[in-house]
Amino acid sequence: MSTLLRLATAGSVDDGKSTLVGRLLHDTKSILADQMDAVERVSRERGLTGADLALLTDGLRAEREQGITIDVAYRYFATPRRSFILADCPGHVQYTRNTVTGSSTADVIVLLVDVRHGVLEQTRRHLAVASLLRVPHVVIAVNKIDLVDYDEATFRAVETEIRHVADGLGLIDVTVIPVSALIGDNIADRSDLTPWYSGPALLEVLEELPTGDDPSHQPLRFPVQYVIRPQSGAVDERYREYRGYAGRIAAGVVRPGDEIIVLPSGKRSRVAGIDLADKELDEAYAPQSVTLRLIDEIDIARGDLIATAEDSPRPTRDVDALVCWLAERPLHEGARVLVKNGARTVQAIVRSLDAKLDLDTLVGQPAERLELNDIGRVRLHLAADLPTEPYARGRHTGAFLLVDPQQAGTLAAGMVVSADPDSGDDTDWVI
Amino acid sequence: MSTDFAPYLDDAPTRPYELSQLDVLESEAIHIFREVTAELERPVLLFSGGKDSVVMLHLAAKAFWPGKVPFPVLHVDTGHNFPEVLDYRDRTVERLGLTLVVAKVQDYIDDGRLAERADGTRNPLQTQPLLDAIAAGRYDAVYGGGRRDEEKARAKERIVSLRDEFGQWDPRNQRPELWDLYNARHRPGEHVRVFPLSNWTELEIWRYIERENIELPSLYYAHERDVFRRDGMWLSDSPVSRPREDEPVVRKVVRYRTVGDMSCTGAVESDADSVAKVIAEVAATTLTERGATRADDRLSEAAMEDRKKEGYF
Repeated sequence: MSTLLRLATAGSVDDGKSTLVGRLLHDTKSILADQMDAVERVSRERGLTGADLALLTDGLRAEREQGITIDVAYRYFATPRRSFILADCPGHVQYTRNTVTGSSTADVIVLLVDVRHGVLEQTRRHLAVASLLRVPHVVIAVNKIDLVDYDEATFRAVETEIRHVADGLGLIDVTVIPVSALIGDNIADRSDLTPWYSGPALLEVLEELPTGDDPSHQPLRFPVQYVIRPQSGAVDERYREYRGYAGRIAAGVVRPGDEIIVLPSGKRSRVAGIDLADKELDEAYAPQSVTLRLIDEIDIARGDLIATAEDSPRPTRDVDALVCWLAERPLHEGARVLVKNGARTVQAIVRSLDAKLDLDTLVGQPAERLELNDIGRVRLHLAADLPTEPYARGRHTGAFLLVDPQQAGTLAAGMVVSADPDSGDDTDWVI
Repeated sequence: MSTDFAPYLDDAPTRPYELSQLDVLESEAIHIFREVTAELERPVLLFSGGKDSVVMLHLAAKAFWPGKVPFPVLHVDTGHNFPEVLDYRDRTVERLGLTLVVAKVQDYIDDGRLAERADGTRNPLQTQPLLDAIAAGRYDAVYGGGRRDEEKARAKERIVSLRDEFGQWDPRNQRPELWDLYNARHRPGEHVRVFPLSNWTELEIWRYIERENIELPSLYYAHERDVFRRDGMWLSDSPVSRPREDEPVVRKVVRYRTVGDMSCTGAVESDADSVAKVIAEVAATTLTERGATRADDRLSEAAMEDRKKEGYF
């Protein structure tokens, strides 16, 4: 059986994202007969000559009425080599927050560019999102190559432009492929119509990308989600005295006997055992959900972080971070917010708004506020110690949400640049 | 459902420190159960005895082992349930020592709060008893077994999805959901619906049932049954789903892919009488689970979306 690859689509409106998704589903034989019947029936009712594959993914009434994608839809397909979870993200600028949503869990972002239009502002924005969120791989599908008669020079000009932007954002693993989602060129198989292109087809790339990092090279990071102390509520009398710390390993590997530190208290202990329900494990690694037992009875609560004793984050009350602002109401200096990082939620004040990313120049500009879809750099002052570390070191331990304390909504996606603001470089957008 | 968590047989990853697909999905679901249960006051799990809710309960038992599942289960009983499923439900609740809350559509029909529909189906009638039960129990998190692969409106669902004080879903204004950080906060009167199986497909549910050796109600496996044909589906001949004059009853070997309201859940012709045979059948099918067996989803192009907006799960 294969492993899972999570991919997110991105791109501007009308560049053919829904068609590409429909094509991927179609070419991997993931569309079942009743779904195809429904698409054909609705297409006929609308007077279309062929089946509109976008109807497969645009599941909401308003989306079908307007012919656009409003919200992320999740699709599942498989080839003999691998299974895929696809987050089909909308292209409209007002729904960029959904691109951030889809990208935060993605192993790879597939960004569509219309070969006739080249790099647009949305292309830059989506590449910036991929860079900020450190999506491990980026694949650019230069679409509608059939509409320029499979002309190599046109493709190469767009490719050069893309690589210039990607380099400016510090993106490393970028693959650029000429495709026609409508006709199927270079999607499942390499096309005969692009003999000048020697690289792989899109699906070949997706089948071969490695997923996740090798956790064995990373220090342990284990946010404690839940303390399991069943006492009289045990499923079996033998476990009345059981005390375990449940969580999902964010990074690293853990084995019985390992020396650990509990943050923010700084108390040390050793791992006595690792349980996955009634099965005891010799070792566990990211991203497994397990329960750790420790040798010492120390006070540990939800929100604490268990980490490798000799390599652990320093708890801090001041954090320098990049945020993607996802709310209608703007962010101003002095705002009171909640920071949710791992299993810990703490109050915070936005002490300063240092810059806003200009998407044309890709450099920071002074700003008085952040508005919906803006990307900015802020300094947060926390009400309690938070054991966090730069997002560049850990995609889980350095990520956080900003939550509205009154209205309860999610305000922003945040990524820690530095947990020690005095050492940070204010001009650095590549984290 | 078995109490022991049997090891998986053929799901070996290809390199060291890589998790298999089922392990990734299991780990994610357990994480979601623990997060939401830790953060909210009064969770409840929707449990119908159907395969998805059975897998949910199995995962919840794993998440909190060796403690018991720390929340009650809620069943919205349409009054048109399969007797095998009710029997299974009661045995499972008893074995795991859980509290079962039942909201009965029949009670609403009997006292006039709801009217029977002309087409006889009671699935759309579940919404009000569900919302009333949530209000009465003051539940702030409702775990459901919905999967995004089931239906195109469900493909749009967040894992943790806010419902307003009327139980309504607003698909155009969903919270962004980032990394594995779930924001389950809400204002008084609101609640969240939580879908730990969001990323599972029907095939993965069955592979997991095989791997974990989970018992299911017998009607998921091939058996002989008196059925009649309606709208391209085989419906069970039962006191709550009677054939019309032009619908002859025949005895067939069938099984169910979903178990809902008897009056609108169709059986499929199948000789798959074991988990392995069901997996082979699901892997080769050309029809989706709901397309094959759910009459109520055929009511309109947006039937599920419309029901979900009203508060259906």
